[in-house]
Amino acid sequence: MRIIFKKSYEADIRYFKDRVQASWYFILLVLAVILPFVINDYWVGEFSLMLIWAIAGMGLMLLVGHTGQASLGHAAFMAVGAYTNVILQNDFNIPFIISLPLSGLFAGILGICVALPTGKLHGIYMAIATIAIGVLAEDLIVILEPWTGGVGGIYAPAINIFGINFDRYTNVAELYWLILAITVLIIIGYKNILRSPLGRSFAAVRDSEISAQAMGVNIGKTRTLSFAISCAITGISGALMGHFSYVFTNETFNIVISINLLLMIVVGGVGFIHGAFLGAMVVTFLPSGISFTRDAFFSDFHIIPGIESGIFGMILIAVILFEPMGLYGRWLKIKAYFELFPFYRKDMFRRQKTYLKTERTR
Amino acid sequence: MSFLKLTDVTLKFGGVTAVDNVSFSVEKGEVFSLVGPNGAGKSTIFNILSRFYTPSHGEITFEGKSILKKQSHEIAGIGIARTFQNIELFHQASVLQNLLVARQTHRKSNPVSEILFSPFVKKEEYRHRYAVEKVIDFLDLQSYREKFISGLPYGVRKVVELGRALAIEPKLLLLDEPASGLSVEETQDVAFWIEDIKKVMGITVLMVEHDMHLVSSVSDRVMALADGKMLALGTPDEVKNHPAVIEAYLGGSEEVGN
Ligand SMILES: Nc1ncnc2c1ncn2[C@@H]1O[C@H](COP(=O)(O)OP(=O)(O)OP(=O)(O)O)[C@@H](O)[C@H]1O
Ligand SMILES: [Mg+2]
Repeated sequence: MRIIFKKSYEADIRYFKDRVQASWYFILLVLAVILPFVINDYWVGEFSLMLIWAIAGMGLMLLVGHTGQASLGHAAFMAVGAYTNVILQNDFNIPFIISLPLSGLFAGILGICVALPTGKLHGIYMAIATIAIGVLAEDLIVILEPWTGGVGGIYAPAINIFGINFDRYTNVAELYWLILAITVLIIIGYKNILRSPLGRSFAAVRDSEISAQAMGVNIGKTRTLSFAISCAITGISGALMGHFSYVFTNETFNIVISINLLLMIVVGGVGFIHGAFLGAMVVTFLPSGISFTRDAFFSDFHIIPGIESGIFGMILIAVILFEPMGLYGRWLKIKAYFELFPFYRKDMFRRQKTYLKTERTR
Repeated sequence: MSFLKLTDVTLKFGGVTAVDNVSFSVEKGEVFSLVGPNGAGKSTIFNILSRFYTPSHGEITFEGKSILKKQSHEIAGIGIARTFQNIELFHQASVLQNLLVARQTHRKSNPVSEILFSPFVKKEEYRHRYAVEKVIDFLDLQSYREKFISGLPYGVRKVVELGRALAIEPKLLLLDEPASGLSVEETQDVAFWIEDIKKVMGITVLMVEHDMHLVSSVSDRVMALADGKMLALGTPDEVKNHPAVIEAYLGGSEEVGN
């Protein structure tokens, strides 16, 4: 087991616990950067898709994992990001480098508009309200046909930043690096939120609204802010998804995507940034994994429709039954097992009993 | 002018009058205790002071200003901190994070600068951390700093809650049964801490407590309540020997006995 001696408050503020941890993440980043030189374009594309899902996952994670609010309509904000980005580029001739943050901003502002009336809702009511938002968004896309292209869809223009092309089909590696850079920026922002008063106010609202208030946290404002930031991140992922899929319609960001997003972070591990990435890997690579396995072992089988969602559903049930902390939670346990070997106790991660909450006013 | 003054405060829950025309005032620098049998309305008074409930009648002033115009999240900002009878910590966070949440009222940075983690935010983090470390030293919580609340024993959680309230750097501290469920030694610690909070930190304390020994050893004045009504007010000894109080407690314990 490594023991870390902290000599200043800085040790608790900086991004990494120590040099060893920083080195691991540096190696990971280097590997991520050189990836396009190692694998072919198909897989680079898959990794781009994985990063896009991970960004969307981080957006939802901030809301669900760190503020304790549910949303079953987050695909709507992906749609907002995707459409805003393309419309700004096509109809207003705004370059991608400006239209992308603007589309995040716009999704965030719409998030505030949604959060203000729904902010007081909890649990199932919040879930229902956000489902409604998702359904509404699909209809709005059709109604706003002159802008959105309606059911016919809309084509994302090629991205060009300072003369460099990031085309979906001809510059696969460049597009991947662009998405990777945006992912890293969002991770840094997310980490900053977690280590500042903002992130702590989110956690306070999640764990006990009543004592958060007694600590001076304005619940309504905090929830709205969390929803807005969450929507902004999700909007950016939507904008990237728009470019990645080249053409999209009202169906691209439907309710199934919203549910998938939620399942994704649950499988990955709610409450950890890592969870968004692990969940994104499952979502992205499961379909190809399944088809490869099928082709390799059961080549004479007929293609069973819906097998991916079936297997995904089974994984989800297994995770909820056996590992409520998700894949990342499982990883933490394995790590602890080896760090503490041979002193690991079976009940170490069992939740302690929580005490009576009779005094709660809600 | 009284520091905290309640005038004819009444609160009904449906048919139950939890607080019935209660008036009292707490002076700056004293330890004032509320005692009374279960259901007397003690915690309800705290929840009114926290603005979780609005009294149907009456007025409450703190430093001469009405608090009934404030919302519950503004109460910490005017210098009133509290603990909860049934611990209300942020259980999926570490002790340190719990204490840092209490620095909310001292937050000067805005969300945008926090997302960017500007140098100012960092400087502020140091300042908050320094204030929190003082509390950690005061309550001897050093070894629990990094521990998650969900893994802590009950006694430590109680202390963390006290610490979280102190990290607000309040003028008035509301303690709802700070010693309930604690061992004799732990209760002794609480008594010492309350003395220091009053004498060294200069914080006024309003406390609800069932342990009469603790109440008599730290309180300057005590008020006894039963069924939402005031029974007696005075020094600990005066209240303990007041006929109405003895009556309420005997009556109360008989009911419990049944
Ligand atoms: N939210 C509520 N809704 C309805 N009735 C309530 C509520 N909170 C408290 N009461 C009632 O108000 C009365 C006073 O309760 P309170 O919690 O203030 O008692 P207490 O003096 O703190 O007792 P204890 O010593 O058991 O903590 C009780 O009869 C209780 O049942
Ligand atoms: Mg009580």
